[in-house]
Amino acid sequence: MIPEIGHYALVLALSVAALQAAVPMIGARMGADNLIMLAKPLARAQFLLIATSFVMLIISFVLTDLTVSYVVANSNSALPLFYRISAVWGAHEGSLLLWVLILSAWTFALTLFDKPLPLKLNADIIGILGIISFGFLLFTLFTSNPFDRIIPPPQSGRDLNPLLQDFGLIVHPPMLYMGYVGFAVPFAFAVAGLLNNQINSAWAKWVRPWTLIAWAFLGLGIALGSWWAYYELGWGGWWFWDPVENASFMPWLLGTALIHSVVVTQKKAIFKHWTVLLAIVTFGLSLVGTFLVRSGVLTSVHAFATDPARGVFILMFLAIVIGGALLVFTFYKPDAAQEPHGSALSRESFLLTNSVLLSVATATVLLGTLYPLMIDALGLGKISVGAPYFNSVFIPLMAPLLILIGLGQRAFWTNDSFRRLSDAAKYPLLATIILALGTWGMIDDTSPLMALFGLVLALWVIFSTLAGQIRHYLSSKKLISSYLGQSISHIGFAITVIGITLVSSYGLEKHLRMSEGETTTFGGYEFRFAGASAISGPNYDGTEAIFLVHSENKFEARLAPQKRNYHSGGQTMTEAGISPGFTRDIYIALGEKINDSDWSVRLNIKPFVRLIWLGAILMALGAITALGFGNVTRTSHQSQKSNQINTTTRISE
Amino acid sequence: MMHPMRKKRLQLICLGILGIGIALALILTAFEKNLMYFYSPSEIHAGDAPAKRPFRIGGMVVEGSVVRQAESLGVWFNLTDTANEQMVYFEGILPDLFREGQGIVAKGQMNKSGLFVASEVLAKHDENYMPPEVAEALENVQHNSKVD
Repeated sequence: MIPEIGHYALVLALSVAALQAAVPMIGARMGADNLIMLAKPLARAQFLLIATSFVMLIISFVLTDLTVSYVVANSNSALPLFYRISAVWGAHEGSLLLWVLILSAWTFALTLFDKPLPLKLNADIIGILGIISFGFLLFTLFTSNPFDRIIPPPQSGRDLNPLLQDFGLIVHPPMLYMGYVGFAVPFAFAVAGLLNNQINSAWAKWVRPWTLIAWAFLGLGIALGSWWAYYELGWGGWWFWDPVENASFMPWLLGTALIHSVVVTQKKAIFKHWTVLLAIVTFGLSLVGTFLVRSGVLTSVHAFATDPARGVFILMFLAIVIGGALLVFTFYKPDAAQEPHGSALSRESFLLTNSVLLSVATATVLLGTLYPLMIDALGLGKISVGAPYFNSVFIPLMAPLLILIGLGQRAFWTNDSFRRLSDAAKYPLLATIILALGTWGMIDDTSPLMALFGLVLALWVIFSTLAGQIRHYLSSKKLISSYLGQSISHIGFAITVIGITLVSSYGLEKHLRMSEGETTTFGGYEFRFAGASAISGPNYDGTEAIFLVHSENKFEARLAPQKRNYHSGGQTMTEAGISPGFTRDIYIALGEKINDSDWSVRLNIKPFVRLIWLGAILMALGAITALGFGNVTRTSHQSQKSNQINTTTRISE
Repeated sequence: MMHPMRKKRLQLICLGILGIGIALALILTAFEKNLMYFYSPSEIHAGDAPAKRPFRIGGMVVEGSVVRQAESLGVWFNLTDTANEQMVYFEGILPDLFREGQGIVAKGQMNKSGLFVASEVLAKHDENYMPPEVAEALENVQHNSKVD
């Protein structure tokens, strides 16, 4: 019964989505307000129906309903409750349902904040989101229905992939999808804005908060995925340039360009084409990502589906949605040609360069991800593009970006002079050089040049941001949320860069064979393999080894890496033993049992690895801060209104 | 004197071309160095595989072929595509799902004596999983034997 309710709600949602896609837009064309007014109730009804469907699927998992083939494939009654719930989105069908649920949740959220929007624009936005929802619901129902029955039911379910039985997985996909799908909102704004010829400052002001939220979620989702891979996969790596990682990284990169470009459109009413194009392509990349992950053209932990029909469907949908949007885009002519009137040295120019760099970076990742697929499709051989490609292309593009962040955020809008800008930059630059040389000298004599390079760039961003923020605060006596948010995000980015630099330059790894009772020194620490014993969990058993780590007579950590064998699937899993720390992680993973006393062991020292994720959290936090919840001011309540009016002018200095 | 609007546009276009040019240069050099082709044991047998460049090899681990070094982490094993075998040497930690009979992919390079020295061994986290390259290599062998 419960799966039928879920299924039925999903079918109803499909018909509501069809109405939502058609009625408000037709109403807007005909000037029929009563049809336009249906946008809101339709969008809300759709959210409720999909949410009902989702809850029914959760109940099916909690009760381990073995007549539902999706439950059978991904869960069993021995699985702890947490994982039975997160198993809902542990594979293709359920995660697709999560996709449409989040899309409808975003649409629902839009209906709560649609007051300032012109009626027709709003109708088109809701309509376009309805089209996307319709496509994905169709996809879900026809190729990947999570409520399909299996008769007769088997004795017990299989298992959730043990890799996914983890806290990280409970939160990683919803976060990521909030971001992925969230970019549907700027996309809908862009197309609706084009249709209504309303791409202007006001449009940019409306779309900006949605873009920031989506970007923040996507960043957090990616960071969670990286953190999860780090502790769960047992390789000690935090980023692999895996095609599936790239699939989520590309919309984030281009989304970063978008959140900058939209600011220029808001403040100066320029970059309109560019902002709209970024909004369209960013969502396009979200769809490409969905296609890559879901079509089975890639094989990875994430790609369970190998059903070509699914890939073809998403590809066609991608062609229709993005092709249609680009078609609308080509017919767009701005009402009055507002041309850039500033000089080459201005905030706008820096932001434009930022856009170019980020777009090029996105293109290089896209090429590296798709190239092997294209070569394979053309029958020219099977190749792989490894991490070295991405590193050697990506790092040279990020270096100028960091330099420009430091300069660009200090530059005036419209017109700036080289002399003034270098005056603003000189103290941060000096501080950077002193601190970077000091740190570099402290760490090691044989420090790689890359480490110095990365440190200098990141410190430059931090000091320049701080100098700008302090100067701004001293002159205006208040903190403005958008400026503060920008500073937090930029510092976050720099902190991530520092983490990446230090862990790639000074991280140590060693594979070795150890016997019980043996001691080895590595990276300034002494590791003692104290012993190994059998363990058993709710749905697995295995071995736990105990390592005692000392540094110069001081006890550092007791680590207990495990090797698990899961009962139902028979998979073997490595659980790393990690001693986390701000300055370093000590990371031990078991390889395999070689004989009665010997194990192969992987030892890792990861200096400052946590900065990578800390920076990512700051970046997201900055975006949320920039939304402007509660302007922090030192002025009284009376003047608050005038502050808000002044915000725009103040930020533009 | 150029119209300031045109001048600005020209600057933007130059900037764009410069960016794309740099990116292209980076991509081409990086591609040249980092592309890795895949070869099956049969292709290596036929002498198709590069002698001095790293590449990827894939196949099933031959039952009973895994030999460990006594004191270190060194291990030898044979990979087969059912027609030919190639011996592989690897020193390090093998992935959880490395076992005899399992399809795996290894990255590495041939040495002078015809041994494939792997720098990395990959096996996916699913006992039913067969790397697509390996699956295709096996298919090719079957196909060829039918033709013969």
